[in-house]
Amino acid sequence: MRIKVRALEALVCGVLLLASGTLFAAEADEGAAGAAQTNWKAWHADVDIANRDALQRGARNFMNYCVGCHSLKYERYSRLGQDLAIPPDLLDKYLLPPGDKATNYILTSMPAADGEAWFGKTPPDLSLMARARGTDYIYRLFKTFYVDPTRPTGANNLQLPAIAMPHVLSELEGLKKPVYKSVTKTGEDGKATTEQVFDHFEQVAPGRMNAEEYDGFLRDTVAFLSYVGEPAQIQRHSLGIWVVLFLLLFTWLAWLLKKEYWKDVH
Amino acid sequence: MAENVVVGHDEVDLSRRKFLTTATVATGAVGAVFAAVPFISSWAPSERARALGAPAELDVSKIEQGQMAIVTWRRQPIYVVRRTPEMLGQLKGHDDLLKDKDSSESDQPPYAKNEYRARLPEVLVLIGTCTHLGCLPKQRFEAHSPEMGAYWPGGFFCPCHGSRFDLAGRVFNGSPASVNLKVPPYEYPSPLKLVVGVDETHKGAA
Amino acid sequence: MAEVQGPHSGKPPQRKGFWGWLNKRLPIEEFISSQLTGYYAPKNFNIWYFFGSLALLVLVLQLVTGIFLTMFYKPGEATSFDSVEYIMREVNFGWLIRYLHSTGASAFFIVVYLHMFRAFLYGSYKAPREMLWILGMLVYLALMAEAFMGYVLPWGNMSFWGAQVIVNLFSTIPAIGPPLVEWIRGDYGIADATLNRFFSLHVVAVPLALLLLVMLHLVALRQTGSNNPDGIEIKKKLAADGHPLDGIPFHPYYTVKDVFGVGVFFVLFTIVVFFVPTFGGLFLEGPNFEPANPMSTPEHIAPVWYFTPYYAILRAVPSQRMGALLMGLAVFAFFLMPWLDRSPVKSIRYKPFISKLALAIFAVSFVSLGYLGLQPAEGSYVMLARIFTVLYFAFFGLMPFYSRMGQPKPVPERVTYHAH
Repeated sequence: MRIKVRALEALVCGVLLLASGTLFAAEADEGAAGAAQTNWKAWHADVDIANRDALQRGARNFMNYCVGCHSLKYERYSRLGQDLAIPPDLLDKYLLPPGDKATNYILTSMPAADGEAWFGKTPPDLSLMARARGTDYIYRLFKTFYVDPTRPTGANNLQLPAIAMPHVLSELEGLKKPVYKSVTKTGEDGKATTEQVFDHFEQVAPGRMNAEEYDGFLRDTVAFLSYVGEPAQIQRHSLGIWVVLFLLLFTWLAWLLKKEYWKDVH
Repeated sequence: MAENVVVGHDEVDLSRRKFLTTATVATGAVGAVFAAVPFISSWAPSERARALGAPAELDVSKIEQGQMAIVTWRRQPIYVVRRTPEMLGQLKGHDDLLKDKDSSESDQPPYAKNEYRARLPEVLVLIGTCTHLGCLPKQRFEAHSPEMGAYWPGGFFCPCHGSRFDLAGRVFNGSPASVNLKVPPYEYPSPLKLVVGVDETHKGAA
Repeated sequence: MAEVQGPHSGKPPQRKGFWGWLNKRLPIEEFISSQLTGYYAPKNFNIWYFFGSLALLVLVLQLVTGIFLTMFYKPGEATSFDSVEYIMREVNFGWLIRYLHSTGASAFFIVVYLHMFRAFLYGSYKAPREMLWILGMLVYLALMAEAFMGYVLPWGNMSFWGAQVIVNLFSTIPAIGPPLVEWIRGDYGIADATLNRFFSLHVVAVPLALLLLVMLHLVALRQTGSNNPDGIEIKKKLAADGHPLDGIPFHPYYTVKDVFGVGVFFVLFTIVVFFVPTFGGLFLEGPNFEPANPMSTPEHIAPVWYFTPYYAILRAVPSQRMGALLMGLAVFAFFLMPWLDRSPVKSIRYKPFISKLALAIFAVSFVSLGYLGLQPAEGSYVMLARIFTVLYFAFFGLMPFYSRMGQPKPVPERVTYHAH
């Protein structure tokens, strides 16, 4: 009987593996092209939410470069101060706009209608951007701006083509242009097609930061946005460890109790 | 019991069973209590409630002499009265008509336990909620008015059940209310700039 | 008072004090002795038998967390999304209550699918348990309705568009379709009216229906007694005292075993709640962190994972009407199991190889369709979805035939049990 069960399990596993193999093979088509090019789609933000210094720097970066157009309408200044261990007087001095109370939400001074008129689209609130699109998306967005004279803002973007947002961080990153590579592919019908594929960036003008500094700047800011997306995540992790440990203890006791009573059953 | 379940009392270690059962139940009970904490805690004022309950500010110099302004703090009306020298004089001479002339029963911060029931004699700060059943007392600052009676030194009159308070919020005999009107925590960080909700022992909301 | 007492009086024994007073007025001790200490369940339950009690546990969890969420959530086009963020950020432990509820919804379906699969393995839907099965299927339908409406409530972009797509399916019903859809929505598109009525149904109506159905499901179970992995009716062999030879009292043996099961479940559950509540976008989807926008569809509209097998079937057919019909049939087919399965034996253990193969293929098809439902309907995914849809329906459609094929193994007289 046992052997038959094993055979059944093996059969199920085998068929499942076969099925999943077929399904994954279906996805493999995409990754083949572009081995040597800059694989920007594989870049990761690697956010460490426990790094409070990074979050503080990120908060400062956001206030300096982003809050002019983008609000964080679900986050209060006071909450920010509390979670990031920023004392009230420093919060007042460096982060709080004049006339605002600490309990106010972080709003932008740009009227929504103006935003739409100037950029074609109101700059969205960023409270949940890290949850909606992911930290990798935001990181890649700010790493793939390039010069494009055909655009009204003079800039374009690989992560979000025809982006309405200007390259606001160009003063820090500098300007770069894309370099394309000709790639010839043979289609299903046997015909060869040549197309221009992005290969790598070339720096055109320097910014105030070098590549490493700019990268650090971005990672801090993205970490901050990840925090704003879910301020409770820090508490969630720390509480979670205790909860799981407690439940493991309880389950172990329940297991002993079960074994003890089931000695009766023959 | 079915024959397949053999429970001979010599075979069963009853004390081990009892111990394990107790241990498991006790751990489970502890877990249940911990599990209840988030739910019970969710009922406590949220961050929004605490933020809205943040200290209320008022520039007292904007209040005319003898007039009253009302601000909201923690969903309660706060009466701020700019008392004239006459009104301060009207605080004396009716001690025998008051239930608690020294404010020993009523609820006020230490700096309001004086004849003026205020930090600054000129400015009265009260929680405008009748200590009987919570209505808002109306101002009756005019002394000896025909409506209130010859003895009336000026103060507050609660329309719901007729409680009367003087110009320091002290309750009169014959009122359904038994204690003087409450005084909230407050301070003056700068002259005549009143902040309700903060003082030496209360650091404010948010 | 001249009362006849003692063991032959036909009256229950006199109990002392408050307990006695209470039991004269409510059948508490009778309930305990008939449903717990005096209810005999087969002794050979295995891992597949945990999921019933776990389903009940998750139901209670969803009710409690749901009640608390309703205290802070504000239904309405203008307020829903913000109120969920209020819960996540400003209500003390609101984030925890929310994650318990969202993870609980997915946990409910994991548990229920495994619970249903047990019935497939051991023939628990066969006579005399057809009503038990039907009631269970009704619970499943109510659960799907509950989950669908619950997902709309946060009013995120996926809430909106998921509702739009699924409600539009009803327009495929001949003649009454389009007016029916407008009636369901209460507006010309998914709107505030839809959100508010879904709120009422999700919080009040369907939970009441669920509680009633679950109660009836348990009554039906007690009526016939439980099946077991060997598919043998244990009541056929009784001991001298009238209890089944292969049965053991539910209390303490299965209460103690189920408590352990609850422990294991909670460990896994809390790992998800505290460390991966979005579960890689499967339990809480990224697009739903953006507010509903009728002017902008998410890149990939997909229902939550527990609906994706049926979604894959829907998309497998090029015609919207046929797809919707097939999707409905896919769910309805489950109801017919007691009558499709013509095997002389109940349990997979004794069924011939062909039945085992059929069940394995079905399981693989269901899971694969689930995966495919999450992917965009492009390329080789389309063909695969069609193949698995055919296999899915073949499992049900051909069952009256293959369940009679082959030679079943001899079913033992007594259950197979190894001490554990």
